[in-house]
Amino acid sequence: MSELLQYLITGVGGGCAFALVGSGLVAIYRVTRVVNFAQGAFAVIAALTASTLLATGLPHGLAEGLAVAVGALTGLLVGLVAIGKPGTPPGAALIATLGLGVFAYAVEVLIWGDQPRSFPGVPGAVEIFGARFQAHYLLIIGATLAVFAGMGLLFTRTDVGRALSACASNPYAAKVVGISVTRMGLVSFAIGGALGGLAGVLVTPIQLVTFDYDVTLIVGGFAAAILGGLVRPALTLAGGLLLGVAQALVAGYGNAAYQMEVALVLMLAVMVWQAARKPIVQEETA
Amino acid sequence: MSEPLLSVESVYRSFGGVFAVRGVDLTVAPGELRGVIGPNGAGKSTLFSLIGGQLAADRGTVTFAGDRIDRLPAHRRAHLGIAIVFQGARIFRGMTALENVMVGAHATTRAGFLRGTLRLPPHYREEREIRQRAREALGRVGLADWADRAAEALPLGQQRALQVARALCGRPRLLLLDEPAAGLRAAEREALAQLIEELKAGGLTMIKIEHDVAFVTRLADRVTVLDLGRVIAEGTPAEIRADPAVVAAYLGTAA
Repeated sequence: MSELLQYLITGVGGGCAFALVGSGLVAIYRVTRVVNFAQGAFAVIAALTASTLLATGLPHGLAEGLAVAVGALTGLLVGLVAIGKPGTPPGAALIATLGLGVFAYAVEVLIWGDQPRSFPGVPGAVEIFGARFQAHYLLIIGATLAVFAGMGLLFTRTDVGRALSACASNPYAAKVVGISVTRMGLVSFAIGGALGGLAGVLVTPIQLVTFDYDVTLIVGGFAAAILGGLVRPALTLAGGLLLGVAQALVAGYGNAAYQMEVALVLMLAVMVWQAARKPIVQEETA
Repeated sequence: MSEPLLSVESVYRSFGGVFAVRGVDLTVAPGELRGVIGPNGAGKSTLFSLIGGQLAADRGTVTFAGDRIDRLPAHRRAHLGIAIVFQGARIFRGMTALENVMVGAHATTRAGFLRGTLRLPPHYREEREIRQRAREALGRVGLADWADRAAEALPLGQQRALQVARALCGRPRLLLLDEPAAGLRAAEREALAQLIEELKAGGLTMIKIEHDVAFVTRLADRVTVLDLGRVIAEGTPAEIRADPAVVAAYLGTAA
């Protein structure tokens, strides 16, 4: 029983990273219709940046915060290359993000080398009903829930959030009411960068991060996001947590080597199921 | 006569070699309600898109409040105060009616992204003001009771009224209405006519495309008649009704 509970909590913690990466994908896809293959790189760059900043003596919190800002900036730069020119078709932008994701490897290896890095998170361990786990998991879960709640407020209670939703719903009408769809696309890339960066800095204390860790994150994040058709943040959160728990259970009772396969099987199952019901990606026919 | 608010000069636009608009001139004074009529394919909606920036003109100039705007993208023109209500449903699905109208305030918002995200006091004030303004706009078009419903759940006529409210929430200086009365029932049509009269009394400049000749001639100060992409007549409603060229090209077939 306590073993199961332990797997559930660590699974939810790991799933939060997928949910954050996935919601970054959703934030960008909704507004720009671009599947951002550089999404995992945001997390890796932020994680490696945080490790460097902490090594130079910056206090916890500030270092992670700056690293998330670097993630947002990286997102903005990727956005500028991918969609900066108005009228770039989403397919071409997708290829640009794929290229930039690979390019990010070169930059990361150049700056940080190819050895795995980590830094300490919240110290100590917690015991609930006999299940012992690192206290850092509570920070991951708490921060993720807070960010999702904050995103909900951003999208419904601010002008920028409504403008982003408007672009997602009907870009033609959005322009009519004075919204720059290209600018909102860049804002969405910055938000995606910040969400990816947050996933990176949260997950590093429980998971060694190397330059190619982005593959794990993007597969997990995509599997989470596809549950909501790449457009629903709430379902992405559910998908991320489901995937995290499934992986933790497979690792706990079976073999930890199969974690990636769990994500891929879940992703394929959702896609097959959705394709049977309706087209996965429904374009607005306005 | 005072300085015109909008001035369109010898504007051309072709699609695949066929001119939809060829050499149109149109001058609208501040506070004027201009009617634009013409048979199907006359280039009325294309003309609107050229003013609003949804289409770029091949040739010619568009001047708004003294500034050339014909090279500006659509969203910049909206910020200058040009609002369009399309015939089709151009609403934001997945958002409530009130949220749809609040989006319309984007053209007038000042609080930047950071202030909005950090939720600083100026943002709260502005957000409250926008919500209030959006409710008023919904009330003006008779949709006060629909505020919290999903926009796509509204019947088509109400979706168009929603677009009018959205446009008004942006406090436009020029409102373009593309066949606002099409498909409306008699009572709805009457309410719309009343709203347009109120807006006109408030000093708003409007251009209205209309198929229904009686409707347009009742409300408009002046009427421009398009046929095959050209202006074939312009004048007061009474002059238009008496113009033989108009009768031949348009009224004759419609009556």
